[in-house]
Amino acid sequence: MGLNKEQIAQRIAKELQNGFYVNLGIGIPTLVANYIPDGVNVVLQSENGLLGMGPFPFEGEEDADLINAGKQTITTLPGSAFFDSAMSFGMIRAGKVDLTVLGAMEVADNGDIANWKIPGKMVKGMGGAMDLVAAAKNIIVAMQHTNPKGESKLLSKCTLPLTGIKCVKKVVTDLGVFDIIADGFRCLEHAPGVTLDEIKAKTAGRLVIDDDVKEMVF
Amino acid sequence: MNKVVANADEAIKGIESGMTLMLGGFGLCGIPENCIAALVRKGVNNLTCISNNAGVDDFGIGLMLQQKQVKKMISSYVGENAEFERQLLSGELEVELIPQGTLATRCMASGYGMPAVYLLAGVGTEVAEGKEVRNFNGKDYLLEYAFDSDFAIVKAWKGDAQGNLVFKDTARNFNPMMAMAGKITIAEVEELVPVGELHPNEIHTPGIYVHHIFQGKDYEKRIEQRTTRKKN
Repeated sequence: MGLNKEQIAQRIAKELQNGFYVNLGIGIPTLVANYIPDGVNVVLQSENGLLGMGPFPFEGEEDADLINAGKQTITTLPGSAFFDSAMSFGMIRAGKVDLTVLGAMEVADNGDIANWKIPGKMVKGMGGAMDLVAAAKNIIVAMQHTNPKGESKLLSKCTLPLTGIKCVKKVVTDLGVFDIIADGFRCLEHAPGVTLDEIKAKTAGRLVIDDDVKEMVF
Repeated sequence: MNKVVANADEAIKGIESGMTLMLGGFGLCGIPENCIAALVRKGVNNLTCISNNAGVDDFGIGLMLQQKQVKKMISSYVGENAEFERQLLSGELEVELIPQGTLATRCMASGYGMPAVYLLAGVGTEVAEGKEVRNFNGKDYLLEYAFDSDFAIVKAWKGDAQGNLVFKDTARNFNPMMAMAGKITIAEVEELVPVGELHPNEIHTPGIYVHHIFQGKDYEKRIEQRTTRKKN
């Protein structure tokens, strides 16, 4: 048994460092905000124009003018700041955001990512994903290791239209944690109860397994 | 200097079929509700709309899609709209999807009088097809052109007769740079205040960019994803 979505988010939260400005994408990445370690202060950036995103509002206190990039009602925190969309992507483009966490349909062993379009099906658009992956200093992908058909999402080459090239630094899946290095996906940790053989079998891209792969600790 | 018009119908009087419009807002947040309703009443069609999103089926730009007034949408994200999907798949609607930051910056370039900018987003993807690529300091960038639009329609929180605007919270989003980018800019505001009431320090968009302004009414301000937490 691999990790559930909450555990993937919990593992990624351990990557947060004090003082980071962080952009969390929709889905599993949003859950990371629930597991920020004690003593680590980060500022969440929402690309629709907010730094210092707070928790959801209490019932009855929702404000239609205050939403996050997922269109959810949110709140501000002491020290929050609003700005327009050009400045928002300006700070992203200029590399001011330390970490971006986003979901993906496919990741290649050279760091390419595909997460915005499935040809022939409804195309919803890339939103801010292409801007984020092109510019962020550090990109972690949170996703399931395989698709619903059981096929690997860690590939040697993406088959879907790309969102960005050679940009992903780390992938956290239900099976393990992988850095992307010149030789491919370097397995750093495996999920409790998941064998390295299972990871090998379910990884289509180049995989590097060192002798000292650790079991994930929560 | 008095840029006040009576209402949305008067504000959009100059908009004709076939024009290119910019519409502010992110999702349904900060959209010009009154002007969209007036455009639906007027029935202009064959429009090209530049807007981050395309509304939902029965609200926002979705209302114009229902009436088949839109020929082409230029957006970054268009989910959450079944009629949009139907028109796209049937070929009735043309859609150009571009990265959100590129959309914002192409508006900004227009408002700052810059013909084009070099941007990172989309390098190596299908977004880059047909675009000039130039390398700066070892990195490739795409040449992206400033938008050209006939009218920009924005929604602000407060404004005055000189066209000065203040936006609220994340309802600011694309509104300020679209206000700067329109050949003619229409601003609808929740509250039209006397000139002098807005402190010069707090003005987000100076009135020079705004041509027509009016106090909107009956704002629905629909919430797409109402998310809350329980007390304790």
